Amino acid sequence: MLIDVHAHFYQPAGGRPDWVDRNTSRLRAGEQIGITRHVASILGTWGRTSPTYFPSPSDVTSGNDALLALMREHPDRISGYACVNPNYTAHAVAEIERCLAAGMIGIKLAASRRANDPLLDPIGEAARRHRVPVLHHIWQHRRHEWPGQEASDAAELAALAERHPAVPFILAHIGGGGDWTHSLVAIRPVTNILVDLSGSGVDGGMLEACVEAVGAARLLWGCDLTMCTGLAKLRHLEAILSPADLERVRWRNAAGIFPDGSLAA
Amino acid sequence: MSQVDVNTFLGAYPFRDVGATSPAVLTREMERVGTTAAWVSHLSAIYHQDVDGGNTALYAAAELDGRLRAVPTIDPSRPEWITALDEADRHGVPAVRCDPTLHGLPPVDDGMRELLAACAARDLPVMMAVRLEDLRQRQPADPAADLPPWAVRQLIRSHPGVRLIITHADRDVIEQVHFGSTPQEASRILWDISWVWGPPEDHLELLLATIGDARFTFGTGMPLRLPETSVAKLDLLNLSAASRQQIADGNLATFCLT
Repeated sequence: MLIDVHAHFYQPAGGRPDWVDRNTSRLRAGEQIGITRHVASILGTWGRTSPTYFPSPSDVTSGNDALLALMREHPDRISGYACVNPNYTAHAVAEIERCLAAGMIGIKLAASRRANDPLLDPIGEAARRHRVPVLHHIWQHRRHEWPGQEASDAAELAALAERHPAVPFILAHIGGGGDWTHSLVAIRPVTNILVDLSGSGVDGGMLEACVEAVGAARLLWGCDLTMCTGLAKLRHLEAILSPADLERVRWRNAAGIFPDGSLAA
Repeated sequence: MSQVDVNTFLGAYPFRDVGATSPAVLTREMERVGTTAAWVSHLSAIYHQDVDGGNTALYAAAELDGRLRAVPTIDPSRPEWITALDEADRHGVPAVRCDPTLHGLPPVDDGMRELLAACAARDLPVMMAVRLEDLRQRQPADPAADLPPWAVRQLIRSHPGVRLIITHADRDVIEQVHFGSTPQEASRILWDISWVWGPPEDHLELLLATIGDARFTFGTGMPLRLPETSVAKLDLLNLSAASRQQIADGNLATFCLT
């Protein structure tokens, strides 16, 4: 088994005319790589009618509806995170209830509100209640504000995770930009944070540093927007991990945090 | 199948520990990903004030292992740059490199034009990197700007004999240069694939369709980047064996003979 814990799909209400091609390409590359399940999210309309990282409630619902449709179309291949905007607390919690009831298996928080903000506590409480993980978009060591998002870094995610110790949090895309060495130090003592290895960054030494910092038991394989880098990291992990640890990163760690049986091939 | 990686480095990277960067480690990693030969530059020649030390180490490494071809750094702002170019020529290098933004120089000025003309007179390609690391993650003490596409366009026009090998370029840079140049100018540029995205965005597949596979060559950026990445993006394409071989080393061989 091979679980991509950080996948995205596009949707007809989004701004990309090539959305079908991109979705098809992801599934085709997934077959080549051997991905047995894409655990995915759709971030609203990807900026068409509200900003990607600040999606309006109606765009949040639109994106989640599109993902539910893809899950119905590919029940053996695609699982979903309910993407929510915590600034609209009531809508976010209701959307989590709706999407999990419809078969989604996790919660996606992008960059609508800083991770350590109390507004995220109702989301954490919902995750605990439903025993699902939270995948949180992270800028590795945010030294300053970045346009278009209220990005969080690992230290801020750690504050949230410490307030919700029963919830598994996934630190998104360690290769997604920024100083990943900062993130690894920040989350090392917070054992309910797992590291998603996705992102376009393929820095030499990064995977070894992840293993050294948190151990293979807290690593999750994923791709995010670039699947060639996901395949590259998988091949590199094959060279540096024992077979047992490789199995953990490929799927066993994911199976331990998502609902029982939800990742079956 | 032979596979030549035009984009590799020896020496220490000043901003991050990228692990061991000795010739022995480099060749071990080459073997692991099926690379049969590598064009290699030295990071200290790029980042130190004095480029000579890195180039000297590079020549020594290449003499000890025939799979490594030295691509020395030439800094046209240094008074002895023509001597360094003569030395490169004596060593029979396949190319020299110059990364003006990493040397704190304008990407296009009289010095760069003189260097490129001198290389053209010697029939030497010049390698330039758009970047060595993503702007999002640079150490704050590394203020170097990316090599902009307008600079590549101006440099290729600066002399009819100039040939450029551009590494670490993404789709946007490649398209702005290729379609902003005449076909004759574009034919004098070879792009490495290290920074071009594969699926699901499929930038590499698109560029091979719109620009053609003759303009691309294999490169990785190791040890700063995992060498598996460029192999993976080729594996994820439905390339014919002939087309893959062109990218693996055929285009480079043709380019060097041009």
